[in-house]
Amino acid sequence: MASPLIRCFSKVGRQVSRPWSVCQHGLRNRSTQPDMSAEQAAALGVSYPPLQTYSEEEGMMRDAVNKFAQERLAPFVSKMDENSLMDPEVIKSLFEQGLMGIEIDPEYGGTGSTFFSSILVIEELAKVDASVAVLCDIQNTLINTLFTKLGTAAQKERYLSRLSTDMVGSFCLSEAESGSDAFSLKTRADKHGDYYIINGSKMWISNAEQAGVFLVMANVDPSAGHRGISCFVVDRDTEGLQIGKKENKLGLRASSTCPLNLDNIKVPEKNVLGQIGHGYKYAIGMLNEGRIGIAAQMLGLAQGCFDQAVPYTRQRVQFGKRIFDFQAMQHQIAHVATQIEAARLLTYNAARLKEAGRPFIKEACMAKYFTSEVATLTTSKCIEWMGGVGFTKDYPVEKYYRDCKIGTIYEGTTNIQLSTMAKFIDKEYDH
Amino acid sequence: MSPASVFVCLSLTLLSDYPVIRVKPDNSGVVTDGVKHSMNPFCEIAVEEAVKLKEKKFIKEVVAVSCGPTQVTETIRTALAMGCDRGIHVEVSGKDYEAMGPLQIAKIFAALAKKEEASLVILGKQAIDDDCNQTGQMTAALLDWPQGTFASEVTIDGEKVKVVREIDGGLETIKISMPAVLTADLRLNTPRYATLPNIMKAKKKKIANMKPADLGVDMVSRVEVLRVDEPPTRLAGVKVETVDDLVAKLKANGTI
Repeated sequence: MASPLIRCFSKVGRQVSRPWSVCQHGLRNRSTQPDMSAEQAAALGVSYPPLQTYSEEEGMMRDAVNKFAQERLAPFVSKMDENSLMDPEVIKSLFEQGLMGIEIDPEYGGTGSTFFSSILVIEELAKVDASVAVLCDIQNTLINTLFTKLGTAAQKERYLSRLSTDMVGSFCLSEAESGSDAFSLKTRADKHGDYYIINGSKMWISNAEQAGVFLVMANVDPSAGHRGISCFVVDRDTEGLQIGKKENKLGLRASSTCPLNLDNIKVPEKNVLGQIGHGYKYAIGMLNEGRIGIAAQMLGLAQGCFDQAVPYTRQRVQFGKRIFDFQAMQHQIAHVATQIEAARLLTYNAARLKEAGRPFIKEACMAKYFTSEVATLTTSKCIEWMGGVGFTKDYPVEKYYRDCKIGTIYEGTTNIQLSTMAKFIDKEYDH
Repeated sequence: MSPASVFVCLSLTLLSDYPVIRVKPDNSGVVTDGVKHSMNPFCEIAVEEAVKLKEKKFIKEVVAVSCGPTQVTETIRTALAMGCDRGIHVEVSGKDYEAMGPLQIAKIFAALAKKEEASLVILGKQAIDDDCNQTGQMTAALLDWPQGTFASEVTIDGEKVKVVREIDGGLETIKISMPAVLTADLRLNTPRYATLPNIMKAKKKKIANMKPADLGVDMVSRVEVLRVDEPPTRLAGVKVETVDDLVAKLKANGTI
């Protein structure tokens, strides 16, 4: 199989010529020890294996997505970023590979795998493109989970099989006037017999350009405060649903982020997801899990950026030696590597806790908060290590730098994460 | 005899783009500990071809076979995830594995193909670690079956297989009768990615275990590796001003 990574060094006048595509070489799975599968660890009598132990299935999935991302997705990344547009080919291939229905039951055309597999998939995708990773993350951790946990048989039948094969979903909570203060949302749903009329507007809705179904959080009874919030399944072609022009963003540009206008939208009663008035609970619950997904995205982003920059430092020679060999550089690189490792362990542990059915919210907050900060540090340092070339768009690190910023902002800002953690810590000392 | 089962024989090799392969200090071989291994790229192409033939309904079953230590089961699983129906792992480890060469492997594959009544045996043309390009040919000879090597196109035509071969002079088309041995060359196809649902399905597929002794194969090597050396470091070139200088230099170092 001809390696797609062999390109000619075509840039004239640069000492280390590494056109974009060749940089992908650095992204091969660089574990220093061959991974041991959970089955192998058990066979050796290791009953508490390290966090970086995967079941055979998880390992195979991670390797498959790693290969797919670096060979099939990488060529699209820079163009998608420049044009601020996700290529439909990319989305199609995500569905073909089974990456959009990881936890969905095979009965509905899904892969039937576990939450941890989703986390690994998102991490591998983020190493190549954080925008593609977020599309996959929202689909798997928010949309699919909501339908699986709350859907009636009819709703599951209608939507799950589409979500795993060809339809993207969007989660609509935020509004212009309610971000962190999500439950002060103003979108109203008024009941009329066996249907609801929804009016309002949403903002910052990811995947909106591509979504075929929207999960809209609206309040059926504002006088009840957040206890009126309910979740409605709105199809894209519903009359009165207007998808606004997408935002022109600093980073994650290939991911469409649009405002939504809901103008007297008629939604039948059977399109209510779960129970009326319980929407706030569902939102909190899903976002707790989605948090770990975002942590995985930021983790992959940091690792991917790191994997691009370090090979450069090993090649670039100044003052007669590799810049990697200068002690200051070594210390910085080692420090960043440590932060990434810590971020990885936080993320994997939060995921395993959730899978084990144990309390995981504080750990999920820690994972999301920490990995987004680590991503910011890593990408900033990587640009510095690469010097002038790091600052140009010919090399991929500047994209990682721009992409990481949203990590501390969306799906719960850093301040919200910290406050949530503090609440848990407070309770821990109650007795 | 309509084609029933196809055997795809896989090789586990050192990862193709691993940056530095080192020779062991005692020059007995190459360092393999801690080096990532994966399915030989030509074997991936062989698997893809077999799965394609099954999808076109020319064959009923694809069996993935490999010889080696436990690591090899991962390779077989990948083949299962690509679409093979079941796998056979012939366990060879330790000293036997180090001494295992194309002849021993060919004997194993031949014995298996006969035992399972395969109608086609497809292999990669060569393993990228030793570049031997012998296993396929030896397997065919041991079975006394026709062979279509360096295949860049394979078509099944009733009881025969039409193979377009890549040869030094260009392309050669031959028609051979089944059962036959084919070896896959680079341009035969582009291997598919194992999709996640297929990886999940692969878990349920069976991999049978056996030892060379079960097949009556003796693993004693007739080849002894005397030395492995790194290629000599490339020397700098020399620039000359005129053609006459060039001729003089070539004459001086005995090239002409």
